[in-house]
Amino acid sequence: MGLVMADELLLAILLTSVPLILAATGELVAEKSGVLNLGVEGMMLMGAVAAFGVASLTGSPYLGILGGGLAGLLISLIFAVFVLGLATNQVATGLALTIFGTGLSGLIGAPLVGQSIDGLPSLIIPWISDIPMIGAFFRLDFLAYLAVVLVGLTAYVLNHTQFGLVLRAVGINHDSAHALGYPVLRVRFMAVLFGGFMAGLGGGYLPLVLTPHWAEGMTSGRGWIALALVVFASWRPWRVTAGAILFGGITIMQLVGQARGWAVPSQFLSMLPYFATIVVLVLISRGGRAQFGAPAHLGKNFLITR
Amino acid sequence: MTKAPRKLNPKSKDTPLLASYGMTKSFGDLVANQDINFSIYPGELHALLGENGAGKSTFIKMAYGLLQPDQGYLEWRGERITVTNPQQARAMGIGMVFQHFSLFEALTVAENIALALPPDFTRQKLSQMIKTKSAEYGIPLNPDSIIADLSVGQQQRVEIVRCLLQNPSLLIMDEPTSVLTPQETDQLFQVLKRLAKQGCAVLFISHKLDEIKQLTTRATILRGGIKVAEVKTKDQSTRQLAELMIGAKVKEIGTLSTPKSSKTLFSVSGLSRSAEGPFDIALKDISFSVKAGEILGIAGIAGNGQSELMAALTGEWRPASAAGVNKIMIGAADMTPLVPAARRRAGLAFIPEERNGHAAVPSMTLSENALLTGYDQADVVRRGIINHDNTLAMARHISKTFDVRQPSDDPLASSLSGGNLQKFVVGREIIKSPQVLIVSQPTWGVDIGATQFIRTAMANLAKQGSAVIMISQDLEEIFQIAHHIAVLNNGQLSETLKVDDVTPEHIGLLMGESPTRSGKARSGKARVSS
Repeated sequence: MGLVMADELLLAILLTSVPLILAATGELVAEKSGVLNLGVEGMMLMGAVAAFGVASLTGSPYLGILGGGLAGLLISLIFAVFVLGLATNQVATGLALTIFGTGLSGLIGAPLVGQSIDGLPSLIIPWISDIPMIGAFFRLDFLAYLAVVLVGLTAYVLNHTQFGLVLRAVGINHDSAHALGYPVLRVRFMAVLFGGFMAGLGGGYLPLVLTPHWAEGMTSGRGWIALALVVFASWRPWRVTAGAILFGGITIMQLVGQARGWAVPSQFLSMLPYFATIVVLVLISRGGRAQFGAPAHLGKNFLITR
Repeated sequence: MTKAPRKLNPKSKDTPLLASYGMTKSFGDLVANQDINFSIYPGELHALLGENGAGKSTFIKMAYGLLQPDQGYLEWRGERITVTNPQQARAMGIGMVFQHFSLFEALTVAENIALALPPDFTRQKLSQMIKTKSAEYGIPLNPDSIIADLSVGQQQRVEIVRCLLQNPSLLIMDEPTSVLTPQETDQLFQVLKRLAKQGCAVLFISHKLDEIKQLTTRATILRGGIKVAEVKTKDQSTRQLAELMIGAKVKEIGTLSTPKSSKTLFSVSGLSRSAEGPFDIALKDISFSVKAGEILGIAGIAGNGQSELMAALTGEWRPASAAGVNKIMIGAADMTPLVPAARRRAGLAFIPEERNGHAAVPSMTLSENALLTGYDQADVVRRGIINHDNTLAMARHISKTFDVRQPSDDPLASSLSGGNLQKFVVGREIIKSPQVLIVSQPTWGVDIGATQFIRTAMANLAKQGSAVIMISQDLEEIFQIAHHIAVLNNGQLSETLKVDDVTPEHIGLLMGESPTRSGKARSGKARVSS
């Protein structure tokens, strides 16, 4: 009985962490190229409303995934045009993007409130899915598996390919990269769009899997947690994933705690996931060479000068 | 690299490897290059000489495909070409070693080199190539080292090996020796001469005239964007070269008289400081003293504790507890616990190394910058209210006395050229006639005219009876105006020697030799060349 309970909890934890894994991995790539996009929350909300809308209209949650990703990509395109094309301030533009995304998603989503969709089904793998504990990892849905693949792919491309090397180089020193003849703005453009696509997927996961309806502001700060994860995970994809699972874990544990009526104020329990995730990651990223993950030219605009 | 199209006799010694005809480039109203004709031949060691802002950088950037000329064209082995980007330049056989800004500090040696090569090699193959090539030229490198852990000299090896791996027929070196010890410079010249012997042309950009005479055979001299001369270097004295470069007679600073006073004005005893960050250098038991009327030069390569020492002297860093050691004194007054402002009031003046953002605020006007350290001067601030007229008058007085050429009456600091801004920040402190002046790299990246001006001003200040402590990488500077010299190496200061008693070679040895060195001298901070 206890084992089944633990099994269910583990599954819930994994599911809760998927949106963060997706959004934070996307943001990580954008930041590695030197672009700080504070619009993650806005992009996730756009992804969520688009995924829900598309799934609701077509009846296919798989098309919903695509809709969510594309919506995130399109709204990050606005950011890219401003920040890379017009060299606007990255912080201000990113904040504006979050406000814009929050408002627009609310507007688009107004007629969708109260509707319900069929979420993404779990893809059960016979036999393996029934193994206690380990089985929880094999009862996930398509998008969750995709998230794992995308994290692995991102880590591989960043660290083991010429393209990834160029992307990191652009984030470390765009003047040197330019002097070597690499297209700084084009690389950053692609990184920002990838970040938008991933944030859109992350947002889309909320209505497609976690709660099969749309509510305004349903990301409830996950975009900001994703941003913090990237920093405290020292810009490393697998560490981001671990941080996201930690966040998911504490989120679920505190829900269980509240349900069981632990003698702790519920406000404190609700705060716990955010607090604990940041504390743990701060401890991990102390000292040593962690600072090397930080792209030195993060947040700096590139202008071609003589 | 050998696909030179056959013309009449493309391999002949009479065909330049690279030639330019009527190259012109403007940025807005500024003509950076005007009608430049230039040529370099295979195996030639050629100098491109000029002050900051003379157009050297613009020219080589056009040759390397980073900029496109407005008019004029290039010929490569007698064939007219357009270089649209650096990849094309590299494919043709042009390699470039940049002055400061082209290595990625957080990446490894191998990764840095991979970025400049076509992606045809596996990491293992590349590592092997780096080891072989660097050993072949006597400048061994470990492909897995992270750039930030290497000394500046080692970083330059990375840049050179990166070029050598492309088998260049023309190597462009942009001010390569400004960060090297005399020994490292000799080693670099060995490599360059060997390359030239193998037929590779070297275009060497510098304003160090004795090096140009030592290394190159021909020099093209630019001034104000125009080519003013092309000379055989062995026919010219360094003085003649300098005059061609600045277009005026070079003034001698005049020999220094030994100060008569024996009063110690400033002393430091037992200054120690542990390394706080991973790239900090610990200071170990530093002691020295300076008498009135004396200039002490502190030599050493950047990253051996200069910034840590400077911060301790100015009071930006202070020891946690003032025990018997760690004493910084002006005369008999203990400065050790005082913050920078209090030290200024006691008669100290500081000129930090980085003029943009440390010595001056680029986005403020000159008068505002003057106010930042001159607020205790006559009538600029009264009861907390700024008197703008007096502040402006103070800034004008500094500009006039120190020959600061500025585009308008009270311009932003950022609108001044490096040399002029440096003259301003130096003038701002010297004009107060401080008892003790502490200055770091006073003429870094400054043209010859301004350099002479600044050195003269410091020498004059000492003549009036102030003590000057000058931290400088430039040995020539120290030998020119300092009375005493000490060398900072890996956080330790050598004994103070009389400048007259030592040779540059001796000092060079003190700078480079290091029984305790862990090979982890921090790289010099990236400087924005002006």
